[in-house]
Amino acid sequence: MNTSNVKKLIPLLVLATSCAATAAENEISDSDRIAQYREMISDGNPADFDEMRGEELWKTVAGPKQATLEKCDLGKGAGVVKGVYTELPRYFKDTGKVQDLESRLLTCMTTLQGIPEEEITAKPFASDKKASDISSLATYVVGQSKGIKMAVSTKHPQAKEAYEIGKRIFNYRAGPYDFACSTCHATSNVRIRMQDLPNLNNKKDAQTAYAGWPAYRVSQGLTRSFQWRLNDCFRQQRFPEPKFASEATVALTMFLAVSANGGEYAGPGLKR
Amino acid sequence: MNAKLIIGLAVSAALASISLSAQAGNTAGGLDAKTAEIVKRDFRDKGIAKATRVNQDELQAMCSKYVDKLPAKIKTRLEAEQTDAIKWPADGKYMGDWKAGEKLAQSGRGMTWSDKAEEPAGGNCYNCHQLSSKEIAFGTIGPSLLNFGKIRGNTEANQRYTYSRIYNAKAVNACANMPRFGHMGILSEAQIKDLVALLLDPESPVNK
Repeated sequence: MNTSNVKKLIPLLVLATSCAATAAENEISDSDRIAQYREMISDGNPADFDEMRGEELWKTVAGPKQATLEKCDLGKGAGVVKGVYTELPRYFKDTGKVQDLESRLLTCMTTLQGIPEEEITAKPFASDKKASDISSLATYVVGQSKGIKMAVSTKHPQAKEAYEIGKRIFNYRAGPYDFACSTCHATSNVRIRMQDLPNLNNKKDAQTAYAGWPAYRVSQGLTRSFQWRLNDCFRQQRFPEPKFASEATVALTMFLAVSANGGEYAGPGLKR
Repeated sequence: MNAKLIIGLAVSAALASISLSAQAGNTAGGLDAKTAEIVKRDFRDKGIAKATRVNQDELQAMCSKYVDKLPAKIKTRLEAEQTDAIKWPADGKYMGDWKAGEKLAQSGRGMTWSDKAEEPAGGNCYNCHQLSSKEIAFGTIGPSLLNFGKIRGNTEANQRYTYSRIYNAKAVNACANMPRFGHMGILSEAQIKDLVALLLDPESPVNK
């Protein structure tokens, strides 16, 4: 992205704020309004800023080892970024684990750059006070898969197992409200208040939902990663907090990504 | 039978049991157990949401295992157990104040890690149900309750039934989506009475 694009984004940000303010006063449904807004900014999502920040971080030396991430293997070989997101999560031989994008970035940042894991996982998400490096890196990487079809493999036995466990976590009811992911996301055409809910057991809904994350959240003015998306779902489910990049979150991501297979990846997206 | 043969047999028996247990890890039961193990390890305390919340009671575990489609025998037993555990109001009255009920129904707060312990939980009713005709921002996960009292009548039997549905929706349908507001201590007896009034009082906007 160049400077002229950045200039173009500034009025759009102003527009985003005013859209959010008037949404409550209007009876046009949130989804219609967001669709209008998406169209208006179709050639410039505020998430582009985060994408640029991530690209910069990818190519800049950092950490005790003073290395860039350009030798990071996200599944298609060292340094390859194009299209990798559409095949994640996947099994990685060097770690012996199934990893999603964010857990894999964590591996690269700790091994290549020597940044202590606790330093990254202590604050893995962006807040209004501070951007998150790992989150911006994820935004950069997913942007390089735009327009490519999701093709996550479960051929490796551990990948298959992660999918099966993820499916079970999707249906795992617990907590004071007895909620599972499936309580809200296994029925078509339902909503919470005015918010439409995707049925993630339905191929088309699953593809659309997955293709739009990570996303710029208009109401929060921040670009949110997929791990954040899951974290906030569990908050609303009245669950305790899932550990960042944990096996549970990766397995659930595996289930959701495989459900989205065949759909064209469209992120970083834009949400209310 | 010689000693060598016995050792050989023992070794092959041991090998067979190893391969059996490896297979068990991939059966549905093995995966259920592994999932529970992972969930218990990978969630942690945050604010009021303690890690122990992932521990399931039998109803939660069964509804998860059967993905909300319970075998009839288990369903009947669980529903009877949930019914037996209902704590009925000591004063025998089921109706409170519908105005307080409406306020409670509007509130979607409560019990997340970003909520404070001292803030009481809301009823979350409009998140999933249509209630008052005046509120257009209602969810559709649950059925519409518009005119609930008008349709069903404000009899004592119906008041008692409505109280039980809010206190523990699982007493009637073991794997219902609706939380067990009384059973799990989300709402107090007085708050549940206010919601019963919201649904049944002829003056409530639900029935106007």
